[in-house]
Amino acid sequence: MAALESPLPGTPTAMRNAFGNVLSVLILVLIGVLAFSIRLFSVIKYESVIHEFDPYFNYRVTQFLSKNGIYEFWNWFDDRTWYPLGRVIGGTVYPGLTLTAGTIWWGLNSLNIPLSVETVCVFTAPVFSAFASWATYLLTKEVKGSGAGLAAAALLAMVPSYISRSVAGSYDNEAVAIFALIFTFYLYIKTLNTGSLFYATLNALAYFYMVCSWGGYTFIINLIPMHVLLCIVTGRYSPRLYIAYAPLVVLGTLLAALVPVVGFNAVLTSEHFASFLVFIIIHVVALVYYIKGILSPKMFKVAVTLVVSIGMVVCFIVVAILVALVASSPTGGWSGRSLSLLDPTYASKYIPIIASVSEHQPPTWPSYFMDINVLAFLVPAGIIACFSPLSDASSFVVLYIVMSVYFSGVMVRLMLVLAPAACIMSGIALSQAFDVFTGSIKYQLGATSNSTDDAEDNTSTNNAPKDDAAASKTDKGEEIVKERSSKKGKKKEREPADKPSVKAKIKKKALVLPLEASIVALLLLIMLGAFYVIHCVWAAAEAYSAPSIVLTSQSRDGLHVFDDFRESYAWLSHNTDVDDKVASWWDYGYQTTAMANRTVIVDNNTWNNTHIATVGTAMSSPEKAAWEIFNSLDVKYVLVVFGGLIGYPSDDINKFLWMVRIGGGVFPHIKEADYLRDGQYRIDSEATPTMLNSLMYKLSYYRFVETDGKGYDRVRRTEIGKKHFKLTHFEEVFTSHHWMVRLYKLKPPRNRIRGKAKKLKSKTSSGLSSKSAKKNPWV
Amino acid sequence: MAARIGIFFVFVAVLLSISAFSSAQDLQIVNAERRIDLSSHIVKAFLTLKVENIGKDPAAEMLLAFPPTQIKNLAMVQALAITGKKKKKIYLPLDVKPTEQPDAPNDTGYYRVKFISPLGPGETVSLEVLYILTHSLEPFPVEITQSESQLVYYHDSAVILSPYHIKQQTTFVKTPTTRVESFTSIEPANRAGKEIKYGPYENRASYSYTPVIIHFENNSPFAVVEELVREIEISHWGSLQITENYRLTHGGARHKGVFSRVDYQSKRSVSGASSFNALLAVLPPRVNSVYYRDNIGNISTSHLRTGFRKSELEFEPRYPLFGGWSATFVIGYRVPLEDYLFEASDGRRYLNFTFGCPLVETIVNKLTLKVVLPEGSKDPSAVLPFTVNQELEVKYSYLDIVGRTVVVLQKDNVVPTHNVPFQVYYTFKPIYMLAEPFMLR
Repeated sequence: MAALESPLPGTPTAMRNAFGNVLSVLILVLIGVLAFSIRLFSVIKYESVIHEFDPYFNYRVTQFLSKNGIYEFWNWFDDRTWYPLGRVIGGTVYPGLTLTAGTIWWGLNSLNIPLSVETVCVFTAPVFSAFASWATYLLTKEVKGSGAGLAAAALLAMVPSYISRSVAGSYDNEAVAIFALIFTFYLYIKTLNTGSLFYATLNALAYFYMVCSWGGYTFIINLIPMHVLLCIVTGRYSPRLYIAYAPLVVLGTLLAALVPVVGFNAVLTSEHFASFLVFIIIHVVALVYYIKGILSPKMFKVAVTLVVSIGMVVCFIVVAILVALVASSPTGGWSGRSLSLLDPTYASKYIPIIASVSEHQPPTWPSYFMDINVLAFLVPAGIIACFSPLSDASSFVVLYIVMSVYFSGVMVRLMLVLAPAACIMSGIALSQAFDVFTGSIKYQLGATSNSTDDAEDNTSTNNAPKDDAAASKTDKGEEIVKERSSKKGKKKEREPADKPSVKAKIKKKALVLPLEASIVALLLLIMLGAFYVIHCVWAAAEAYSAPSIVLTSQSRDGLHVFDDFRESYAWLSHNTDVDDKVASWWDYGYQTTAMANRTVIVDNNTWNNTHIATVGTAMSSPEKAAWEIFNSLDVKYVLVVFGGLIGYPSDDINKFLWMVRIGGGVFPHIKEADYLRDGQYRIDSEATPTMLNSLMYKLSYYRFVETDGKGYDRVRRTEIGKKHFKLTHFEEVFTSHHWMVRLYKLKPPRNRIRGKAKKLKSKTSSGLSSKSAKKNPWV
Repeated sequence: MAARIGIFFVFVAVLLSISAFSSAQDLQIVNAERRIDLSSHIVKAFLTLKVENIGKDPAAEMLLAFPPTQIKNLAMVQALAITGKKKKKIYLPLDVKPTEQPDAPNDTGYYRVKFISPLGPGETVSLEVLYILTHSLEPFPVEITQSESQLVYYHDSAVILSPYHIKQQTTFVKTPTTRVESFTSIEPANRAGKEIKYGPYENRASYSYTPVIIHFENNSPFAVVEELVREIEISHWGSLQITENYRLTHGGARHKGVFSRVDYQSKRSVSGASSFNALLAVLPPRVNSVYYRDNIGNISTSHLRTGFRKSELEFEPRYPLFGGWSATFVIGYRVPLEDYLFEASDGRRYLNFTFGCPLVETIVNKLTLKVVLPEGSKDPSAVLPFTVNQELEVKYSYLDIVGRTVVVLQKDNVVPTHNVPFQVYYTFKPIYMLAEPFMLR
């Protein structure tokens, strides 16, 4: 970027532009390579494998798609999850990611490049990160010129927040959705700047892709109307705005309704109402402008009063209808996740299942520094730069950053939406700063070469620090005035691309910093950039590359690998019957279906709270009651994750209170207070009897005391409360090497109550018939 | 072609069997000694026979008979002729072929051993015969718990089943440990340490059969590869890529009830004695890019030792295998092309590689070996020292247009002694080597 701004002296402008274009294409390619390769740390440090939880589900869906084709995929009813309810995958999944990866796979295979589905899935996210950084370039270029665009693209290519969701193997919706988000915004701005219906159509298609990809599309369909409203309110209405907005709403909503998971929600839920409201408003405004054009000023005033009064009534009626509709639905027409966006305390108050997910918690300040690093400091500068001058495009990115800052403050997960905005802002800020500094250096160097006297130079360096701010302020003031006047003079706005160059020229003349100050400032900026790069590489390599299904730890005698999850999933898939049902807490549902290919009771989709509560209740009940619940669900195996032996903190005992809460939310006989001693959650000898008798405690700590003789739990850092006990209704069938996963089998009913069975036997002639007559003796 | 060969074989077999049977009465076995090694799950039996021609015509060959229970588990029969005196013994390999006999009693199976030179009347010859049986140790009890050790039955005959009269014979059975629950005693029979001795028995008529059952402890790993698909991809650009897909099971007594990690880790000597966790694969020397994974990712428990003569890959499945448990995994590696691909004198290329399964002491129930020839190869033919099913396939790989010819060799019941070299000949024009770089352009 700096190179772009320093053209060779004496070359014609056309040559310079051509050279600049070639250079920026080259830089963009390198940025793409950077974006792709910085995400490969996980493959190099670990292996080419799908990460975490949700990606396993997406991977499984992609496998199904590649095996059975698109029509089977739409109609897929998955009976291997949410047993016995099942789940209509085709209708409840955002298909964008799956279809994208499936198409890539199909394309490669038809070219006889036999990459496996897994490989394609692993590398989808890095590839789309490269696309996203190019889309950022385009968007920022529309706002502040190609220099800012390149800076923003480079920043986005390695922003840790985005890396955390798009490392190789992190095959999740966000991987493609962030690209779709930025690209949709780019097309919106492009339409706004050009007024071209072609781009408006493309915009609707990009929006459609976004709707296919991620539930976060509601952010677009709320942000763009807000911007339109902002433009109208600030008197920036133009036909271009109309063209940018109206087709998007009409086409976009129609297309969105085509996606099965959205369907009629596109017109029925309140997340979309803002767009319709603004749609009405923009038509009213357009009508007003039209009438204003054809009427004389006097007639116009009359018309205004008429229209305003009618319009008020209509608006009032519409609002009333909306309010009534919203109020009539139980959650007010807002889905739980959206509600927790507006009221951050909503979820933790009312929906434990949403609050239990760590990525739905509000972020802490360190996480901002971790995820966007120095961008957090550059963003304000970028916002200021956007106000000089304020165009339609720059007002959009300002609105974007403001909204995303708010949303990221509500949910850690939405930090991801903030990242592109922060990159764009920082790119603008960096680019402007470089402009100013390199410009003044060039001016100064040019001045010295033109044999200017040293005295003048000295004076300017002396009063530089004070003059600096003042000069920039006055400069900006002038800028805005000029911009305004030029806009009034010419109705047609200039291409935004050549704005910054004009501005830069003006700036070069008006704002000259002393040579030393600019060099120092440049160096500092470069150091800031270097710090950012170092942090990003560190984050990519250390913080975000672990696939979380395999853990490693460094100790004195080398690297230790804890591959217990896959060990037990492999055991399940090879040594149990294909139709056996496995019960576990919902976190492991996706992995169990994908890796072990066994039917699960609940999974990470969490669509049915009651079902999850049933499992939670079983886990928090005593053994006998839990056996009854599991047996009624036809469960054969129970899987628990236990970290006490090696100190793996996110195990089931630590999640246990959520099971109690979610279970208790539906089945009131489970009370959280029974599991807490004086409000404290503990598993040592002070623990409550309910806790010590719960199934989760027993399955986690069964025969644990025999490992070290004391039963010392390395996660809770205490000795367990109840050490020696026997299981009567469950038997241990597998425990992984480091005890992280323990599998238990439900004992068949006849093995347990001998007395009763004997009685039954004596009554009826044969034991077999008695069993079949009373299948479940506990009921 | 194959059909014609088949007909030819049948014809020859019929012809030979007639001649063989005619000479059956003319041969007798003067002295026979049999040593049966039961120390692993692969049963190896060594026969030392002294054969005499008591007829009037020279005999070109003799028959080895096997009871029907053994013939279906018979993986391999090899025979050597011993010539020369003591200390200067020369062993010459003999031609051994399975054969049919029209009036075989009780479905007896036969193998025909062809002498080096026809045995004249009154002459004697000494033979060494090795035969290998798989799946012949029957676990009893069928299901055991983690703390029990594995006991198996071995069924055989105390006297050697033979179409010939045997003057004197002895059988030694070697068990893996001294723990023998029971064995059928046919006098004279006795047991000392790890060895059970049957005989010597004098003058047993042809087709004598006295069944015996030996019930003993065998905790050696019963590693059975149910299916192994090995794919050898030849690239004339410098390497052979070998990919091996395993489906491994524990073929011993089924595991019953609980698997307790605590017992398995703390009381290793008494807990899970019959289970196995460590496996060893013998790979070619100069092997590189070795990987060991399954369909859910890498398996990190492996260790490679590269050597001058061979490389050894020590690895563990994801979990220890108890009776009846199974696991799947893939081993892949690359070896330099110049070690295995040669040019024959007639201008054809040939691949010289090892057949069989690289895992030591394992039985492969079904082995499929696919040799993927480079694109543009023609006229493939495979040369093996034993019979296998052969067919051709076409595979499309990176940047292929016409596809690659795949020679598929399929054999059931493969034991480590099948790890012998085989050759695949084909013609190839070097110009095709440029096809892929051209595609990339």
